[in-house]
Amino acid sequence: MYRILEKEALTPVSKLFVIEAPEVARKAQAGQFVILRTHEKGERIPLTIADYDREAGTITIVAQEVGKTTKYLGTMQVGDSLASFTGPLGRPTEIEKYGTVVVVGGGLGIAPIYPICRSLRQAGNYVVGIIGARSGNLLFWEDKMRSVTDELIVCTDDGSYARKALVTEPLKELLDSGRKVDRVWAVGPAIMMKFVSLTTQPYGVKTIVSLNSIMVDGTGMCGSCRVSVGGRTRFACVDGPEFDGHEVDWDLLLKRQRIYVDLEKIALERYERELMRSKDTGGR
Amino acid sequence: MAEGKKKRIPRQEMPTQDPQERRRNFHEVALGYTLELAVAEANRCLQCPKPFCVEGCPVQVRIPEFIKALREGDMWGAVEILKDKNSLPAICGRVCPQETQCEAKCVLGRRGEPVAIGRLERFVADWERAQGMRIPERPAPVGKKIAVIGSGPAGLTAAGDLAKKGYEVDVLEALHTPGGVLMYGIPEFRLPKDIVMAEIDYLRKLGVNIRTNVVVGKLYTLNELLELYDAIFLGTGAGLPIMMNIPGENYNGVYSANELLTRTNLMKGYLFPEWDTPVKVGNKVAVIGAGNVAMDAARSSLRLGAEEVHIVYRRSRAEVPARAEEVHHAEEEGIIFDFLTNPVEIYGNEDGWVTGMRCIRMRLGEPDASGRPRPIPIEGSEFDMEVDTVVMALGTRPNPLVFSDAQLERTRRGTVVADPKTGRTKLERVWAGGDIVTGAATVISAMGAGRIAATDIDRYLRGEGTEPWWPEDGAS
Repeated sequence: MYRILEKEALTPVSKLFVIEAPEVARKAQAGQFVILRTHEKGERIPLTIADYDREAGTITIVAQEVGKTTKYLGTMQVGDSLASFTGPLGRPTEIEKYGTVVVVGGGLGIAPIYPICRSLRQAGNYVVGIIGARSGNLLFWEDKMRSVTDELIVCTDDGSYARKALVTEPLKELLDSGRKVDRVWAVGPAIMMKFVSLTTQPYGVKTIVSLNSIMVDGTGMCGSCRVSVGGRTRFACVDGPEFDGHEVDWDLLLKRQRIYVDLEKIALERYERELMRSKDTGGR
Repeated sequence: MAEGKKKRIPRQEMPTQDPQERRRNFHEVALGYTLELAVAEANRCLQCPKPFCVEGCPVQVRIPEFIKALREGDMWGAVEILKDKNSLPAICGRVCPQETQCEAKCVLGRRGEPVAIGRLERFVADWERAQGMRIPERPAPVGKKIAVIGSGPAGLTAAGDLAKKGYEVDVLEALHTPGGVLMYGIPEFRLPKDIVMAEIDYLRKLGVNIRTNVVVGKLYTLNELLELYDAIFLGTGAGLPIMMNIPGENYNGVYSANELLTRTNLMKGYLFPEWDTPVKVGNKVAVIGAGNVAMDAARSSLRLGAEEVHIVYRRSRAEVPARAEEVHHAEEEGIIFDFLTNPVEIYGNEDGWVTGMRCIRMRLGEPDASGRPRPIPIEGSEFDMEVDTVVMALGTRPNPLVFSDAQLERTRRGTVVADPKTGRTKLERVWAGGDIVTGAATVISAMGAGRIAATDIDRYLRGEGTEPWWPEDGAS
């Protein structure tokens, strides 16, 4: 169960995995996420679904190697099995025919916006995609994104590839151009989603963001993922992960994401020492 | 028998780990009777011809009979009598509130100490596990399939009973480990996880198929399951945490008890970084509430390294809902109880971390709807407590995730409406039992509900009593 069927390095820091999970694939929809454990003693981490194939019975996930769990996942090979893989969790993206929509993906957020764009386009929307990353080598899926959008704007923070801009710049230009934008989605680092929301707010364009708060069970049981939206406490795992970006308390989210930074560092350093040792002895 | 009436044997104490030692480890606190102690305690039983203790038991375990078998040395006999009514005696012996159930009714308790029924139950069950549990022969398959949703005490019991009747049973568990609250909620030091795993193994040997990582409501809806199975038992408990809705509740360092306990127990946070999931408690912890979950959270905080742990409870000592033994153990370990105190606000610093809590003193008024005296705030009695961790242990509600597409009648509290005599809901072929019906209650009542439902599912699938249990005209 939960075997890795394909593995691909998308950027120097992120990898794609195609996981055998026919039941999850049968139900998965754009905007939902899974929670996986790499091994018995592993933690449960949420990852937004990057693609699903109902016929092949697979789910695609993309993980950026930032901590022990994602690094460990990066060492797993085709044929290996995850310890657990639970989903689809969270509410799917509300897909309707809105008209013209702009979908912004920053960094790793490019992966989850792919199925969102595809579903929005299938529903008859005119889809403008904006994808960006810090630099060119961190960008991925440009071609795939072109195939599910009517227009695609690509930018990098440092200008090492395509246009030198933050994703908010082309977004603002679009809003200023007088074109009617009916809805905006933004998926990526919290800080990027915050600034996208701040950009659209003066224009009164509803902006949906996908909140990546810390989770454990992903079913509403623990409340680790609680966020404040419109002054109300919500659980990102069951009430979200998508919320109205204009109502999110971003500072709270950013602070809550840092609860375990010190312990995460301990776990990562310990794991890296382990990796070094096993390299010295020739093991994996 | 020679249990002389004149010679009063005192209630036998159960050996425990020394409080000073155990407050820093996760090993089991209570060590269990030796055979000698068990027999001495069993000999105190008067073998009443009309045993009140049985009336006090939510599932009517034939208590005097198993005690008699025990003192006559017929251990397998004792096991059989116990398990006839209680499928999880090793667990119930540890976590049942005996002092308000069987032991409250014991005749000896009128003029002294009641028989330590819970400790004897535990002794018999532990003996059985040490021998290796006997697996009953599998009956001929009935050819019908049942889905049991949730693998806590209600689900495990229903699954075992149905498997023994020859049904094909799939247990669907949302988490990666079966056991429900027995695994994620109750700590290792109170209920060692190998005991729960032994029960799960036993079910597997009975032929029960346990499927983890199946979130009903997401991966399958109830209506989809109704197409795949002949009957469904819903035993998903009450897993949703209740928060206070006071200012500051989202500061870092405020946990629901569910989160603290799940990180600690299910994810083995106490073994971090050997296990990957972190859990963080500060130096001074306040746990709000005084039920068993609050005691578990407080004592876990201590073991995770907190220097000072308070139980903050708005009523007085007399109303504490936790098991007496847990309160006693908590006090021995140095937990501080602040009665008639209620938080009104949590303070934090610029980085978003808890720095303190404003509380108000309470007094007790007239009984409220729950029958307990209503706590009333004393105006102007506010004071501040310096704490860096706050744990909300105010109770839980059923998780609505499971219902998704199902037209299942529920109460305003979110619990499922079911016939207490059979566990039948108002949806054909769906039964429910345990906390999802009663709201947060006990392991034994959930176990009993699982058993009642299993009996009725069998009856129904044999074509008996298929008529609705609620008055037809008033049906929803």
